[in-house]
Amino acid sequence: MSKEQKKALEAQGREARRHMGLKTSRFISNFAVYIVLIVMSVVWLIPFVFILLQSFRVESTWQVGYVVPHQWGFDNYIALWNSDFKKWYLNTFIIALVTAALQTVIVLCMSYTLSRFRFRLRKALMRFMLILGMFPGMLTMIILYRVLKDLNLTQAHAVPGLILVYVASSGMGYYVSKGFFDTIPKSLDEAARVDGATRLQVLTRIILPLAKPIVIYTILTAFMAPWGDFVFARYVAFGTSAGYNVAVGMYNWLNLDQIGNCYTMFCAGGVIVAIPVTILFMCLQKYYVEGVTGGAVKG
Amino acid sequence: MKQYSDLEFLKLSKGKKFLYRLASFFASIPRGVARFFRNIGLFFKKIGLGIAGEAKDIALTFKEGDYKTKLSFIIMGFGCIMRGQILRGLMFLLLEAVFIFYMVTSGAYWLSMLPSLGKVGPREVYNEVLDTYVYEYNDNSFKILLYGVLTLFFIFAFVYTWRVNIRQNRIAQSILSSGKKLRSGKDDLRSLVDDQFHKTLLALPLTGILVFTVLPIFFMILVAFTNYDGSHDGYNNSLFHWVGLENFRTMFSWNAGGHNYSATFGEVLVWTLIWAFFATFTNYFLGMFVAMMINKKGIRLKKVWRTVLVLTIAIPQFISLLYVSKMFAKNGLVNLFLMDMGWIKEALPFWTDPTWARITVIIINIWIGIPYLMLIATGILMNIPQDLYESSKIDGAGPFKQYTKITLPYMLFITGPYLLTSFTSNMNNFNVIYLLTGGGPTNAANSWASGSVGDTDLLITWLFKITTGAESKYYLASVIGILVFVVVAVITLVVYNLLPSIKNEEDFQ
Repeated sequence: MSKEQKKALEAQGREARRHMGLKTSRFISNFAVYIVLIVMSVVWLIPFVFILLQSFRVESTWQVGYVVPHQWGFDNYIALWNSDFKKWYLNTFIIALVTAALQTVIVLCMSYTLSRFRFRLRKALMRFMLILGMFPGMLTMIILYRVLKDLNLTQAHAVPGLILVYVASSGMGYYVSKGFFDTIPKSLDEAARVDGATRLQVLTRIILPLAKPIVIYTILTAFMAPWGDFVFARYVAFGTSAGYNVAVGMYNWLNLDQIGNCYTMFCAGGVIVAIPVTILFMCLQKYYVEGVTGGAVKG
Repeated sequence: MKQYSDLEFLKLSKGKKFLYRLASFFASIPRGVARFFRNIGLFFKKIGLGIAGEAKDIALTFKEGDYKTKLSFIIMGFGCIMRGQILRGLMFLLLEAVFIFYMVTSGAYWLSMLPSLGKVGPREVYNEVLDTYVYEYNDNSFKILLYGVLTLFFIFAFVYTWRVNIRQNRIAQSILSSGKKLRSGKDDLRSLVDDQFHKTLLALPLTGILVFTVLPIFFMILVAFTNYDGSHDGYNNSLFHWVGLENFRTMFSWNAGGHNYSATFGEVLVWTLIWAFFATFTNYFLGMFVAMMINKKGIRLKKVWRTVLVLTIAIPQFISLLYVSKMFAKNGLVNLFLMDMGWIKEALPFWTDPTWARITVIIINIWIGIPYLMLIATGILMNIPQDLYESSKIDGAGPFKQYTKITLPYMLFITGPYLLTSFTSNMNNFNVIYLLTGGGPTNAANSWASGSVGDTDLLITWLFKITTGAESKYYLASVIGILVFVVVAVITLVVYNLLPSIKNEEDFQ
């Protein structure tokens, strides 16, 4: 073997060893990533698994130091059925449904107009709404409550009152869908206009069919929000169980004086509330992800 | 300070570059403030000039107008009707009639009461028929303020409509004199779905915003200048009235009735800012990290990992937050489990010790926030041109260097505005704090403050506690709300003015 051949062989070996090293280091790093991901998944799912397990616990209704029930059964769900929960659930469902429908119309009107039309005061309007958004919304609860009370839309009649307030102020949340409309080329509109379509026809015939993802995103977020609204709903219902939504009603179950009797019932209620919302969400996940990522990029 | 040119700047060492940037930021503050005030000045100048221009135009219209135009100054829509634009004219006339009717029947009353917010409060009056004293309700300060403000809005709208009516006359006159035809009512209606379509579309949303957002905010700003609270509710027990800047003085004085509001406010504000900082940036970096892990080459089941995280977004926050809050409670799952196992003797003070509570809140917020950030970061990371990584690899950059030189600048560049909005919305993150701790643990030093401020209370939860507390010091809540606005607005302004500089520096595209 000549010297050169030897050298070449050595180099080859070095290369191979380096390659091996790379491979093992990638293997190790991937392994570490898998470990982290598995731990994370467990941490993220644990509370929900716990809620599910504890909702089937029969032997006691308060907090205990173990998770897997000693005695399984549907007692908590039966208790749920016999409580006001049905009413709250129905309330929330109606609110979510109506809000989703009306809010979508309003948000689409707003965002489409701000994206497509160039009119006087457009910039000023957008800046004004940006400034309005800096005021804490909590502040207006007091007066909204009083106004709703004058209209007799509080307490037992809280459902229409809540819908009214949710829908009326929803125009402020136009950012995400405006960002979407901005990405639809304007030449489409212009072509249709040249062909003699009115602006209304442009919207209904051309833009709306293209805007399906954002319409679904808007409906989905509008539908999900009322399930979690707690502050304003509690303010408006003001201690009248018939006007509660699920969040308000179930919050009370975890008060110090009720938690002993209602802790497992809360878990059962949580399961019942979470299942439909989660299924819907998972089905429409694609649109949600598009909306969220698009929204962040647009700012 | 010395200004460097771009070339000189690039020659500087790293530390010096940083110092230079920092110094130039602080050096630019006075200029920024000056610009801010100049802009305000310009804004008012513009408004002034605008009003002067309008007045001139109105005078000119009157001078050059025919009798139809001149009569339209009093009878709105007269000119339109006489010139054949019946529909438009009737609309103007109707608006005027409604406005006059409203002002005569109630508007004038509300307006006249607005300066005093009611003269006669509830009182006991002798009733001859019953031969006893009865409690009698009189003026209602709340309604006076509300409808007074509404009336002011109406007047403003009416003046605007009147102005439009005048301009219409002027335009119509000039069109007719040039020999063209005016638009018919049918044309007007058609234009509502065509070239005026934006007005049709915006009518409903803007009315909603006006009535349910603008009006309430305006009202609440005014409340900060009154003494409206639980014991002055304006109708049932006592009227409330204007107190000028009294409430702001209370808030900023070191000793108001033995209480130090400004210190309490300062404490809460500092915690709010600390919270917003950690809540934003822990989520941001950890979320990005998770997204990068899932995106890593060679990692399988990418969809599964993402779905697991996204699943947690789907479940309404009040369920997860309340459940987790109870899990960490004194006799909650975690403590009971640890005690059953014999690992600890006493319950860990997750919610009862101030420092523990603050850290726990931030950590649980990471749990809440990572899925969102993971989604956002995934979308953006996939858009980073891969050749950047490849060429940097050839130049010998390791993963860490790639992260600091490519990934991070790119992310910051794209998500700058998002970071800002998420910071401000974290400042007002009511749900996480209220559902987890309720603002607790209660802070003995501040328990006197209306709504008894706790150690994890943000300004927004404090505000909420005030409005729902026993004393219901609405005016104080209102003052805090205004201050929150000021803080958010200042942060937004400063950061927005900084953002372009970030963009220029990091601009590698």
